[in-house]
Amino acid sequence: MQKKQNLLALVLLLPSIVVLGMFVFYPMIKTFWLITQLTDLMGNPIKFVGFKNFINLFHSDSFMTSITVTMIFVIATSIFTVLCAYFLAILASKKMRGMGLFRTIFSATMGISVTVASILWLFMFNPQIGLFSKVLAALHLPDVNWLSDPVWALVAIIGTTVWMNIGFAFLILLGAVQAIPTDLYQVADLNGASKWLRLRKITLPATEPTLFFVMVVTLINAFQTFGQVDILTAGGPDYHTNLLVYSIYQDAFVNHTIGRASAESVVLTVIIMIFTFIQFYLNKRKAAKYAG
Amino acid sequence: MQVNRTKQIGNYLLLSVIAIILMVPLLLGISLSLSSSSSISQGNLFPQKLVFSNYVRVFTDTHMAQFLLHSLIVSGVVMIGQLVLSILAAYAFVFLDFKFKKTAFVIFLSTMMLPFESQIIPNFNLMRDLNLLNTYSAMALPFLASAFGTFMIKTSFEQLPPELKQLSQIEGLSHFQFITKVVMPYCKISLITFALYSFLTNWNMYLWPLISTDNDKVRTAQIGLRQMRAQDTASNWGLIMAATIIVVIPTMLIIFFGQKYFKNGLTSGVIK
Repeated sequence: MQKKQNLLALVLLLPSIVVLGMFVFYPMIKTFWLITQLTDLMGNPIKFVGFKNFINLFHSDSFMTSITVTMIFVIATSIFTVLCAYFLAILASKKMRGMGLFRTIFSATMGISVTVASILWLFMFNPQIGLFSKVLAALHLPDVNWLSDPVWALVAIIGTTVWMNIGFAFLILLGAVQAIPTDLYQVADLNGASKWLRLRKITLPATEPTLFFVMVVTLINAFQTFGQVDILTAGGPDYHTNLLVYSIYQDAFVNHTIGRASAESVVLTVIIMIFTFIQFYLNKRKAAKYAG
Repeated sequence: MQVNRTKQIGNYLLLSVIAIILMVPLLLGISLSLSSSSSISQGNLFPQKLVFSNYVRVFTDTHMAQFLLHSLIVSGVVMIGQLVLSILAAYAFVFLDFKFKKTAFVIFLSTMMLPFESQIIPNFNLMRDLNLLNTYSAMALPFLASAFGTFMIKTSFEQLPPELKQLSQIEGLSHFQFITKVVMPYCKISLITFALYSFLTNWNMYLWPLISTDNDKVRTAQIGLRQMRAQDTASNWGLIMAATIIVVIPTMLIIFFGQKYFKNGLTSGVIK
């Protein structure tokens, strides 16, 4: 009996394990191995170089720029996404007629692909005919070269990404806000609590685990950003929007410096692993909160 | 009462303003897709006269129809693959007792913390060595298994009442009959949710299709859009926006009709 179960389990799990083994574990191990190699233009290893790729990477100005803008991007994107989505979730949690329509609209960006979002925003940032230039002109403010100014280009990518992320974050946060028992608010109303007090004493504590959870999920996604950069700025001007994954792509498939790209991949992996552990922990805490 | 009325109107007003602001990029895109190029180049954000020629031209002057078909094939294959493989694996984790169950579980779990972006170089080399670049296989194979899907479906299988399992044993149902006649119908909602989610994710995939293909024979719609942007944004905003709107329609439909699935599915089953 037990033997039969073992065999059946193996048959059921094998397809997934083969796919994960071939396309996740093997490439991951290979990436770790490739950082010790000098490679030719085809990506074939020529010579063992130890940690040289790593050392060179951390001494490279362009990588330092890349990692700095990635950090700024990730932090700004997560904070703005969570703030906007939380505000929308609280607003849309009210029981009102027609709220379903608003909830659908607020979560709609969840279905929009990176390419579509980036092209829509590419037009908004167009220096001649785009929306933002028109608004600035109407307000008699100086025009901004959105995608070719080092600071504004990053702002543009952050804005596009926040917009894309709001849908998912909103939907998760809405669930958390709606799960708060209404009698808590009724007691608060009886005691004449202000809106601010209700938010601070009831809504925030009740949704705090979910807020952190969404924050970390957004952080992890932001570290993996690629398409917005590819379509809006191509990493420029002068590496100022060269986010980590875009840098990996460039080094691997344009510059053909596989060792360097692999070292960057390892940096990305370590970062994502740390945040995924945090996410698992937060998720446990979230589950515990809602169970108890 | 009067105060409440005013307050309510205020609420609706605020909600509407925010909804419109959020939708501005999309609304502008639709507006441009219905404008003639002369109207756009004069700086008009709204069409002076409604034209549908941009939509016609997407199908006559570009390969977008072909790219949409490629996207449909790849997304469909990956969706079915992920669904089947995840159901099988989830079944083993929930209903079977076997050696190394913990180890297998950790193997699945650990794939969720390894970002695909850091595996692209070996994956590309592997596909090149297997002579699979520029094929549907190259685009689909790496994603056929899904740890996320396995966990989501596993969570839903765990909700199955134990009596149903006992009853099936008494009835003498085989494992296959139990899966297809009892478990899958009972967990229908979660399966649909994951299928929709999977299709959406695959349809929107960008980095891997970009790397693993370099010609029109298998190129997906997302990469087709990128190509259009690279070729001729300056003159052809109307055409590009029409193509963009066409590409976003399938996923928008999924979001509109699948919203209730997503909300329940993603909040309860998500990465537990």
